[in-house]
Amino acid sequence: MSREVKGYTLPVGPQHPLYVEAENLMVTVDGETITNVEVNIGYIHRGIEELMQRRNYLQNIFLSERICGICSGIHSVTYCQMVENLLGIDIPDRAKFIRTIVLELERLHSHLLFLGIMGYEMGLDTLFMYAWKDREHVMDMLEKISGNRVNYAMPAIGGVRRDIKNPESFIRKLELLSKRSDYYLNLFKKDRVIRARTRGVGVLTHKKAREYGIVGPVARASGIVHDMRKNSPYAAYEFSGLQGRWRVVTEGYGDVQARVLVKIRELKEAVRILKYALLNMPKGQLKVAAPLAVKPAEAVSRTEAPRGELIYYGISNGSDTPERIRIRTPSYTNIMCLKPILEGQQLADLPVIVGSIDPCFSCTDRVTLVEERTGEQKTVDKNYFRRMRE
Amino acid sequence: MDNNRHGYADNGSGADMVKGTLYRILEKPLNYARRKSPWILHLDTGGCNGCAIETFAILSPRYDMERFGALSKGNPRHADILVISGAVSRKIKPMLKRIYEQTPEPKVVMAIGSCAITKGVFHDSYNIVGPLDRIMPVDVYVPGCPPKPEAIFDGMLRAIEKFREKVEK
Ligand code: SF4
Repeated sequence: MSREVKGYTLPVGPQHPLYVEAENLMVTVDGETITNVEVNIGYIHRGIEELMQRRNYLQNIFLSERICGICSGIHSVTYCQMVENLLGIDIPDRAKFIRTIVLELERLHSHLLFLGIMGYEMGLDTLFMYAWKDREHVMDMLEKISGNRVNYAMPAIGGVRRDIKNPESFIRKLELLSKRSDYYLNLFKKDRVIRARTRGVGVLTHKKAREYGIVGPVARASGIVHDMRKNSPYAAYEFSGLQGRWRVVTEGYGDVQARVLVKIRELKEAVRILKYALLNMPKGQLKVAAPLAVKPAEAVSRTEAPRGELIYYGISNGSDTPERIRIRTPSYTNIMCLKPILEGQQLADLPVIVGSIDPCFSCTDRVTLVEERTGEQKTVDKNYFRRMRE
Repeated sequence: MDNNRHGYADNGSGADMVKGTLYRILEKPLNYARRKSPWILHLDTGGCNGCAIETFAILSPRYDMERFGALSKGNPRHADILVISGAVSRKIKPMLKRIYEQTPEPKVVMAIGSCAITKGVFHDSYNIVGPLDRIMPVDVYVPGCPPKPEAIFDGMLRAIEKFREKVEK
């Protein structure tokens, strides 16, 4: 028996039972151990940055919302903040609170979705059912506030579009969610099966996380204290009353369990923020008038999306369409850490590990071509895109 | 090469004849089973994920797709109903065609959301080659950006109905 097998490359995706979205991982295995991973993205690329240069500032709110259906609220808020920075206007306090409420509800729904997917990938369908059942409560609240379950269309340039009526009526459901997160926390800390699947699996060390520039809950699970809501407060996080209500959640081990625990504990923090914000909304108008055309300027806006730091950078040229908008999304940064955390792991742990960094490919793919353009294809101009169009 | 109704090539070789005979014997019970329990395959082909999470939500306890016998499956060879959301991007188009070809006949295709139906907000993007019905025949359209789970559910029931019709034919 002298036949020697050095390694075998296994394609995971583009269409794969694990992920709804189309992505491709080329995994090289030696026996059961993963020796190399190549991430092949770009199946969902839609060229949104280029589309934004052809639409006016108002139309772009809708486009920025549709970058990702899970983080739709944070994308449109960050976009509006960027345009407000370009214009140099300040929005009313009530609008800031309403934005914060929608963003925290979005964080709740995104984290519960993540929890369900983790259960699904561990083969624990009961957890998936539990988490998604709780998620429906959040969706109900969002629907009550905005009339929509996924793309809320709440922010406008200069404020928000709708008011929140009867804010007290949401408290009961929030308390229920807080109780449920205690249950999940207990489950992930104590349950023997879950611990066996998640403890010490897919470890991302503090050093590696810094090296790769990881953001959001994945970084916080590796002990990096980094949260844009504290580091550079925006919306209602600017108010010290609200800032005093919550803490940045961190864990030390950087394994799958730590990443899940960070998200579960963030559920509770989000409930705390929501309760304060709902009961202490200042009175006042919802929106200030904003001009359609924007004078030449440059601006940046940074926020904390459910998956990490989100940055919008824009240049205006005096017309009603932006000259350039650059979007940096958290999943694109975080997907880079797949290589260090997957190497040396068992193949059977792949779904759990990939799931634990909570990849959301819609926003990741959106950036792919831009990277290509700045990296490999330096000379590409606008005509290149024109030619690519049919 | 001509494919017969069951997707087997009629090239006269022995193996295919055995397969064909087997299929003819098993056809009735197989079709009975498929009619009662159509399995679905869901794929996002370049939308914003909104439709994808809403489609996933119909598997959750509040809507519970499984009471109609539908089960979400990851393999196109096991699927009866293809649930496709998102405007089709350039890179995924060949994959999508392959997935369509791998799904056994009879099959039903559902297009979820404005993206899959008309390309939606991404209609003038350079990387979008959709809409879906230019790439494969579509049986059920569910409009909305995104449609509510109730709407997707309604579409799913219609798709199941269509699927039963196709099986019985
Ligand atoms: S139809 Fe709307 S919600 Fe659905 S994928 Fe397209 S943009 Fe997203």
